[in-house]
Amino acid sequence: MLEVKDLQAAVAKKPILKGLSLSVKAGEVHAIMGPNGSGKSTLAQVLAGHPSYEVTGGTVTYEGKDLLAMSPEDRAKDGIFLAFQYPVEIPGVSNSYFLRAGYNEIRRHRGEPEVDVMDFNKLLKEKSKVLHIDESLLNRPVNEGFSGGEKKRNEIFQLAVLEPKLAILDETDSGLDIDALRAVSDGVNRLRSKDRAFIVVTHYQRLLNYIVPDFVHVLSAGRIVKSGGKELALELEKRGYDWVKAPEAAEAR
Amino acid sequence: MDTVEQLATREYKWGFVTNIEEDAFKRGLSEETVRAISAKKNEPAWLTEWRLTAYRNWLKMVEPRWPNVTYPPINYQDIIYYSAPVQAKKKTMDEVDPELLKTYEKLGIPLEEQKRLSNVAVDAVFDSVSVATTCKDFLEKLGIVFCSFSEAVQKHPELVRKYLGSVVPPNDNFFAALNSAVFSDGSFCFIPKGVKCPMELSTYFRINAADTGQFERTLIVAEDGATVSYLEGCTAPKRSTNQLHAAVVELVALENANIKYSTVQNWYPGDKEGKGGIFNFVTKRGKCAGANSRISWTQVETGSAITWKYPSVILLGDNSVGEFYSVAVVNNFQQADTGTKMIHIGKRTRSTIVSKGISAGRGNNTYRGQVKVLKKAQGARNYTQCDSLLIGDRCAANTFPYIEVQNPDAKVEHEASTSKISEEQIFYCKQRGVSTENAINMIVNGFCKEVFRELPMEFAVEAQKLLGISLDGSVG
Ligand SMILES: Nc1ncnc2c1ncn2[C@@H]1O[C@H](COP(=O)(O)OP(=O)(O)OP(=O)(O)O)[C@@H](O)[C@H]1O
Ligand SMILES: [Mg+2]
Repeated sequence: MLEVKDLQAAVAKKPILKGLSLSVKAGEVHAIMGPNGSGKSTLAQVLAGHPSYEVTGGTVTYEGKDLLAMSPEDRAKDGIFLAFQYPVEIPGVSNSYFLRAGYNEIRRHRGEPEVDVMDFNKLLKEKSKVLHIDESLLNRPVNEGFSGGEKKRNEIFQLAVLEPKLAILDETDSGLDIDALRAVSDGVNRLRSKDRAFIVVTHYQRLLNYIVPDFVHVLSAGRIVKSGGKELALELEKRGYDWVKAPEAAEAR
Repeated sequence: MDTVEQLATREYKWGFVTNIEEDAFKRGLSEETVRAISAKKNEPAWLTEWRLTAYRNWLKMVEPRWPNVTYPPINYQDIIYYSAPVQAKKKTMDEVDPELLKTYEKLGIPLEEQKRLSNVAVDAVFDSVSVATTCKDFLEKLGIVFCSFSEAVQKHPELVRKYLGSVVPPNDNFFAALNSAVFSDGSFCFIPKGVKCPMELSTYFRINAADTGQFERTLIVAEDGATVSYLEGCTAPKRSTNQLHAAVVELVALENANIKYSTVQNWYPGDKEGKGGIFNFVTKRGKCAGANSRISWTQVETGSAITWKYPSVILLGDNSVGEFYSVAVVNNFQQADTGTKMIHIGKRTRSTIVSKGISAGRGNNTYRGQVKVLKKAQGARNYTQCDSLLIGDRCAANTFPYIEVQNPDAKVEHEASTSKISEEQIFYCKQRGVSTENAINMIVNGFCKEVFRELPMEFAVEAQKLLGISLDGSVG
């Protein structure tokens, strides 16, 4: 589904990703861990097409297409979803209106008819029940005044509504209380299917008890330095990152 | 490039010119011009005198320099003060020049009976004259007068004489004085005691001729317990020179009367280099003369090279209510200095001001508002909310609130905010599949929601679309 080869990317002229390769097949869940500043969010943003991140080398193929040549909205319409580490507030635009706009864009792209307000609100109601989202959040402006945890939950709610093919979760577990963590993991697990893949960025092995990954990768200084199964997360939890760090990251300390 | 900074062209789709023979005066302004306009309209002597007094006053006045706008000096002798289609107003719609009907149809305001918007009566003003007024007979049966100003002078001189200049005196300000001297046409509405006007009344102003100034005059009077909702729209052809539009609008609400006045202003704004466009220098004021009366201004200002206007309310009657809801958009090189004045004189008078300024491109947007509570206005209340939204880094927003309270019991609240549409917001929307254009539209419409809510339903959708068009290309 997704083939990342030797990817290099820079922000504000500073190289961050330095030859990252990753292969994700439909149905798989990949966890990405790694120290602060190692480039996890950068990878997520590059895959989503954020204009501030400049790709300086390598290739990304998504369902046989050159992902890097696609606009961010086309990537979204083709099924890529990013749950942001820092979800953005959009004052004045209600959550439900916002979601319906995206939902219908995606449907139009697939050649499906648009969904009207009534039907869409029904859908939102159902999904909000499953994820234990307070219905009042639906009519509030997107993320405005949401608590940190509510913002993260709202990302997963959007994920559940938009049903992408490839979902990238950037530290969705940070800032969640135990109940919310369970609700969010439940939501993700429910969406797991043989056609859908997940890339889950996290610092905590705890999340991976709920969302059990097929692969765990360690990112350090812009490269994947170690990959393994779910037991790698447990080992990292015990031993920290020092033993797997890239030499240049270790030297920098 | 994908930055919020970038500007592109936008299309002004109302920019066509109607080819029609017009009867126009020579350029220039003198007592003779004023007399000639008055004679053209076959006006009574008192009105000619009224105009001349205004003209003489105007000669002694100077153009205001305090607005936060810049423009080259206007040569008042280089303007044509009267221009009207040769085939002027006819009794029935069938007799109106088909070219004119076509023009209004193209503008989305069909005048022929079968094509009209239901529940809206239209007075169509073309350059200096009204060319058609719809639904007149139906309204007449209810005692409502809705006709061109010129017709009102002929048919209801006593009403015109009683109320003309009673809210905006002819020497009020430079542009009001100019208008009082040379005004050519406009709309007149009179809603008698106890009558609730069953349909929207509207005037559609169209500037067509080049180098012509448009000086229209609108007067709306609602007697005791009367209610009316009125809407004006305006467009002009694309031209590389500036054109002056200096209107005066007066509203009078007697006891328990209710006037709602909405504007969707879409004059040609000039091109993306800032060339051409309308100078929109307008004086609009309402007087809540009777107790418990209410005047509400709603404006969506998207056009004009320069907008200078402050629709105001004089709250004279006890318990009267004044409202001002405004969306003002500037893009490219447009400038706006707009706001309101709420003058509290009567007891327990209340006013609400909601101003939403949107600046894009190199646009410069100023809110200027005055809230004045006089000594006797026991228990007066004002609430002002003033929000600015910036799109890009080269535009500007300013807020100048003037508050003067002479009654210690009055309560005046002012809230202001400035926000910016950020790259991060746009990217977030795109990541959900929404294009930049739609994202901006969504955010801007959300920002303006409180004002659009105040527009008559038929026009709220129009206004939203218009906003989309005027911000088209404000981002890359
Ligand atoms: N806009 C920017 N300008 C300058 N440097 C940036 C910018 N965005 C990211 N960086 C830098 O890029 C590096 C990688 O950042 P990134 O956010 O990808 O790390 P991360 O692995 O997600 O870290 P964390 O675990 O703290 O979220 C950091 O050193 C960061 O400071
Ligand atoms: Mg991060």
